[in-house]
Amino acid sequence: MELLSKIATNDGHGENSAFFDGWKAYDSDPYHPTNNPNGVIQMGLAENQLSFDLVQEWVKKNPKASICTSDGSNGFKDIAIFQDYHGLPEFRNAVARFMEKVRGNRVRFDPARIVMSGGATGAQETLAFCLADPGDALLVPAPYYPGNDRDLTWRTGIQLLPVICHSSNDFKITRQALETAYKKAQDSNIKVKGLLLNNPSNPLGTVLDRDTLTESLKFTNDKKIHLICDEIYSATVFARPNFISIAEILQENADCDRDLIHIVYSLSKDLGFPGFRVGIIYSYNDSVVNCARKMSSFGLVSTQTQHLIASMLSDDVFVDRFLSESAKRLGQRHKILSRGLSQVGIGSLKSNAGLYCWMDLRRLLKGPTFESEIELWRMIINDVKINVSPGASFHCSEPGWFRVCFANMDDETVMVALNRIHKFVIQTKGSSSDGINRKQYGRSKLEISLSFRRLDEIMMAPHKMSPHSPMSSPLVRART
Amino acid sequence: MLSTKVTCKSHGQDSSYFLGWQEYEKNPFDPVHNPSGIIQMGLAENQLSFDLLESWIARNQENDWFNKKGGSIFRELALFQDYHGLPEFKKVLAEYMSEIRQNKVKFDTNKLVLTAGATSANETLMFCLAEPGDAFLIPTPYYPGFDRDLKWRTGVEIVPIQTSSSNNFKITKSALENAYQQAQNLHLKVKGLFITNPSNPLGTSLSLEELNLLITFSINKNIHIVSDEIYSGTVFDSPRFVSILEALDPRISTRVHIVSSLSKDLGLPGFRIGLIYSNNETLISAATKMSSFGLISSQSQFLMSKILSDKRFIGKYVMENRKRLKNRRKMLVLGLEKSGIKCLESNAGLFCWVDMRPLLDSETFEAEMELWMKMVREFGLNVSPGSSCHCSEPGWFRVCFANMARETLELSVKRIRALVDSKLGINVKKYRLKKPHFTTSRPAQDLKLIQLQKNKITEKFEGMSAAAAGNTILCRRVMLLRR
Repeated sequence: MELLSKIATNDGHGENSAFFDGWKAYDSDPYHPTNNPNGVIQMGLAENQLSFDLVQEWVKKNPKASICTSDGSNGFKDIAIFQDYHGLPEFRNAVARFMEKVRGNRVRFDPARIVMSGGATGAQETLAFCLADPGDALLVPAPYYPGNDRDLTWRTGIQLLPVICHSSNDFKITRQALETAYKKAQDSNIKVKGLLLNNPSNPLGTVLDRDTLTESLKFTNDKKIHLICDEIYSATVFARPNFISIAEILQENADCDRDLIHIVYSLSKDLGFPGFRVGIIYSYNDSVVNCARKMSSFGLVSTQTQHLIASMLSDDVFVDRFLSESAKRLGQRHKILSRGLSQVGIGSLKSNAGLYCWMDLRRLLKGPTFESEIELWRMIINDVKINVSPGASFHCSEPGWFRVCFANMDDETVMVALNRIHKFVIQTKGSSSDGINRKQYGRSKLEISLSFRRLDEIMMAPHKMSPHSPMSSPLVRART
Repeated sequence: MLSTKVTCKSHGQDSSYFLGWQEYEKNPFDPVHNPSGIIQMGLAENQLSFDLLESWIARNQENDWFNKKGGSIFRELALFQDYHGLPEFKKVLAEYMSEIRQNKVKFDTNKLVLTAGATSANETLMFCLAEPGDAFLIPTPYYPGFDRDLKWRTGVEIVPIQTSSSNNFKITKSALENAYQQAQNLHLKVKGLFITNPSNPLGTSLSLEELNLLITFSINKNIHIVSDEIYSGTVFDSPRFVSILEALDPRISTRVHIVSSLSKDLGLPGFRIGLIYSNNETLISAATKMSSFGLISSQSQFLMSKILSDKRFIGKYVMENRKRLKNRRKMLVLGLEKSGIKCLESNAGLFCWVDMRPLLDSETFEAEMELWMKMVREFGLNVSPGSSCHCSEPGWFRVCFANMARETLELSVKRIRALVDSKLGINVKKYRLKKPHFTTSRPAQDLKLIQLQKNKITEKFEGMSAAAAGNTILCRRVMLLRR
């Protein structure tokens, strides 16, 4: 008899993939400005560490938000024994309100539809359990976040089918691509239960426009399948076009079937709190709300954390300031990175959200193959000593694209990374002004004639110093 | 349009016992505002020692931690999502687990997986140990939440190991064999035994002999043993708690797995602190990855690391908590005894397993339901009927004693007295139960009862997926936040 189950012994967790080599390289040789200046810089971690000073200031000023301070400890008992899976009412209200603010108050969220989960990881899995049976499929536009494979399929037994997107139109999702993917499933006798959109997109960093969202809604309605929108990066939008939530599209299309619409959210990216495990499912379908709520027993948010979050997010002044300041800092960081890259002729997809750039390294490939991509990636890890994520790990259909994160480190580290990249590119392909084909960047509209001096000026511009690189903390050894 | 998991009833919350919960929520007891409301006695929570925790908090202000580290601790915690868990928390958690086992067992942090509550731990173990359609054998009566936690999303089946009051609900070799045979008859592959030790709802802990019986059985059948030891910190009387890890035979060391939590002994269910412990490296590796679906908030890991590392405090807490639990139990047992109601002899848990057979109109589960409705509606007591715990005999009820004020417990004892008085006084006298066994002087009727139960076993099992999982699940959804 097999000792353990198939699930326990297969690779469904996704961690045996070759892409974890980057993590391993980083773990065994992590960069530190003084202790290990030649170590591997972690740019494969999509975390938002740019605005912690604002949060810490708030926490210091609001001791009542903690049940461990003299101001807050009279609530200790009630919080510690509360395990109702509806969650603390003030928590649900505060989260609903926060989600509304992030969408410019253009939509209303009903706190009674807010369901907790163990991070967005737990939310995705729970929705998969609710909407599909083993063997069923969800369509997912590629490139997509690799964790989806584990979160949606590992224990649920469902499968993910990619909707292919191309760089020729900036990886936009077309109706054609959706129909093609759907038909392919049908031809293989696979039942498609839904479409999963990630908006803003990981790894692209772009927001979905009104047309794409409306088209997706129509598509799913026509096929009578579910539409799951993972809006985990909704408050990381730092430039136009504005973020449009599926909630807004629903308002504009009153005749569509609301029972098919579900939103996944979390505080891990927008606020930078992955450790607190605050995942949210918001469904317009009553049965799904009820079922997901019962399932939330498997991953409730600690009431200590619910209490803190409820306090923090109901402080309107703080929230407004945080949202605008965080977006500003993300925008600045994005600019520094994308311009720094373009200086050596490295383009990236024009993006206005997320914690990363979708870098175009096609011209550095030996050939337009995934083998070349892996080779280049190994070189970047071993020689340039930067951990980035290769496009293949995101199921990208074209080789040569890499995701590089910019919000999980301080200013100095970004400079160090850019310097290393500059050196590497200059060594392998010559200087930035030679042999670059502008047409390669299409609609990316990059400026590539920025001098080093200008870059330094941007870096020294007066703004709050970002927190130090996470590696100075003995606590942190985070994953994805 | 939705999955079968949504439309099936395996979450167990559609049972008629939901009525008791609803009744309670409509009319909750409050000593000042609603003194004639329903007293919640179906909630296995430990609220007896909060004052100790509160004074610890008062002495150990978070501000101190905050200032010491110059304000950076918050950020580090907010970013910490490593599924291996906060090292300092794991270390003291392992030490605490050892301490409540009188240090007869040493816990290795590398064999520990942190999960969001025991609920998550139990489900994760099922995902790791069994395929959909495989079965685990579980002694009755058992915690109704298992019907959801072990079966719902995993597709695993539960086959009951029947126990009886005739030997104080102890697990026998023949009961184990019968259950195994039952599974075979149903073409289910048995993957393991699932025990709760100390038992919910019985409140008893297993002896070394009983543990050896289970281990021998599991070695013979080549199956796993999962021991949910969530109540290990609530053992307040002899015999001392013996963890299955103490009885471990090398032949089965990679097939024994422990689950525990801080929800019962420390009374902190809101923080969602659970764990899996096993010598099986592959299991630990898989379960650790699965814990991504339900990690413990780093904020709570940090707080607990502070509390558990204060060894002096924890030592005092454990002793005092035990004392209070013992006293509370005594209060309930003696109070019931005065009304002629007996409780199963128990040394642990937050509840008594109460014998209300004398109050039944007939030895049937229908009569049990009637009695239960009477208790809820007429006497304002929400207790858990034995059938919700899959007990094989009608008339037993789980009554919690640690989730209320002393005065409330006294009142509930009075109400039970009134209930007894309202029934024919004759019944009570007739059932003069002798210690330690609860045999009656009517063997023929006992046999009839046993036959009835035997017939019911198959029906009960087939209906189990859709059946009552009852009150206790709902008891895990707590009453409204008190202000």
